[in-house]
Amino acid sequence: MFSRDTWKEIFLSIRKNKMRTFLAGFTVALGILIFVSLVGLSNGLKNTFNEFFRDDATNVFFLFPGRTSMPYKGYKSNRQIEFDNSDLADIKKTFPQYLEYITPRISRGALVSYKDESNNYTTRAIGPGHQFNEKTIMMKGRYINEEDIKNKTKYAVIGRLVEKDLFGDKNAMGKYVDMGGSAFKVIGVFQDDGGDREERNIYIPYTTRQLIEKNNDEIDQIILAFKEEIGYAGAMAFEVSLRKFIKEKKYVHPDDENGLFIRNVADQLQQNNQFANVIAMVFSVFALGTIIAGIIGISNIMVFVVKERTKELGIRKALGATPRSVIGTILLESVFITTISGYVGMLLGVFLLRSIGDKLEDYFIMNPYIDTGLAIFATILLIVFGALAGYVPARRAARIKPIVALQDN
Amino acid sequence: MIEIKDLHKSYQMGSNSLHVLKGLNFKVSEGELVAIMGSSGSGKSTLLNILGMLDVADDGEYILDGVTIKNMNETKAAQYRNKFLGFIFQSFNLINYKTALENVALPLYYQGMGRKARQEKALKYLEQVGLKEWSHHLPNELSGGQKQRVAIARAMVTEPKVLLADELTGALDSKTSYEVMDLLQTINDLGNTILVVTHEEDIAHMCKRIVHLRDGIIVKDEKIKQVRASEYVQ
Repeated sequence: MFSRDTWKEIFLSIRKNKMRTFLAGFTVALGILIFVSLVGLSNGLKNTFNEFFRDDATNVFFLFPGRTSMPYKGYKSNRQIEFDNSDLADIKKTFPQYLEYITPRISRGALVSYKDESNNYTTRAIGPGHQFNEKTIMMKGRYINEEDIKNKTKYAVIGRLVEKDLFGDKNAMGKYVDMGGSAFKVIGVFQDDGGDREERNIYIPYTTRQLIEKNNDEIDQIILAFKEEIGYAGAMAFEVSLRKFIKEKKYVHPDDENGLFIRNVADQLQQNNQFANVIAMVFSVFALGTIIAGIIGISNIMVFVVKERTKELGIRKALGATPRSVIGTILLESVFITTISGYVGMLLGVFLLRSIGDKLEDYFIMNPYIDTGLAIFATILLIVFGALAGYVPARRAARIKPIVALQDN
Repeated sequence: MIEIKDLHKSYQMGSNSLHVLKGLNFKVSEGELVAIMGSSGSGKSTLLNILGMLDVADDGEYILDGVTIKNMNETKAAQYRNKFLGFIFQSFNLINYKTALENVALPLYYQGMGRKARQEKALKYLEQVGLKEWSHHLPNELSGGQKQRVAIARAMVTEPKVLLADELTGALDSKTSYEVMDLLQTINDLGNTILVVTHEEDIAHMCKRIVHLRDGIIVKDEKIKQVRASEYVQ
């Protein structure tokens, strides 16, 4: 069945029937191409989502103080709530079973200069735990540690781009930069996957910031992480108790929505993931539809091909072709065409996705790709269905009495 | 060579049954050149198709070269057709995307013969029908007479026991018809058994025996004096 002669016969038939070959091949190639592109684009969209939301740790709450909107326990409404260092200690003490780490964050803009170079940057006064929260990666030196917090050191950890801006090619480590009138020693340089803006931040100990600002103990926001093992439900429960605890401590009415804001990244992530999944599902439905359309297309063409060849098959049968060889020839031909064109379509699709790369980033599609296994699976699926679709009419053609086939015009 | 006994065949036309062959009996010995004559609807083509195993009889016996042809599956029938029979059709039935040589070689392909041997043998038979120079032409580059000669070469190439020709001159003008008949007579002279279905008197008289068929029965079966087609061919 797989002799050289069989293939010669098939190649001749393919070569001499270009239109037919083209139609079948084109359907399959197009089907696979669209499938690969759709799946790739959907993956690109997913990549963008991941980039947006997964850069930072996901087991994190951001706590912002607000302004009360209800009077409570003798306090008037419209009172500004403030966090201070005792809040950090109290949360640590009250929720040890949930808490992974806790850090304040005080953001200030500052003109930072080194020799002749200067620029405005955001300084973030933080605790050591902040490194995990932002997934900050140290390139040189070290991050702010507990000793720095205790001693209120004038140390700064600067972003990669800050070093580039201010120091050019030179090493910033150990140099002193002027930050809003105070000199800070650079003890570390970091990078961050969050993009250029993240890499233009400067981290300093929060106690140092408080010292500079008239030695107060105020905190802008509190960032804390819960233990991953408490899971999504645990995180939700933690949020509720935390909210209750702080409201009580700050004398905020339990029903007052404005005294305290908690941004729960886990909750947000869940929603974003759901959104991304819905989009991926829509794409999958389209991709599946494409494959089904491809299968229907190739089936139609196979029916057409066999119909068109009825007379030829009749002649072949009259000359001694067995039903087996009739079916074999048709099937091999169809499998050969679908395999080649499916492969071509797959390569084209993959090539298309490669060439898109980052070009569609404005449309939230980043590095579209398709899992090789999936692409091959789809191609094989189409080949198998192409063969199946060819088999039914081929078997019928093989069963037609040659005399009937010969009369067919 | 060929023997049929009480052959019956009906076609189902909706609710009506059309009895085409109503009990035929005849024998053909080796080396005969027989014309089966009759008007259209007389059942002559049906008979030929049954003899050619392209169709099956409802009832009766068909013995080809000592083998009873009955309840044969398609695979077996295909092998018998290939080994014992050669077909020549009115509409030539060449495969239009294959060259003359490839068309002639096709039955040998189904015998499993090697490519080289196939082509050599096919070329030999093309030469015999005078078309060696046309071997690499496609059917649509050939005239009707040439096409029919390619078809004859194709029918001959497996050295079958019997050649079956269905209105082989039906699509040809009379001059070409005589040329083709001349070729057929030459082949017959070499000892090949040939059955020709025709409704043309002159063609029938170029055979050695005429079987007259009317409404599914043999009305006359006579040996005749053969008219040589070469008399008409310059």
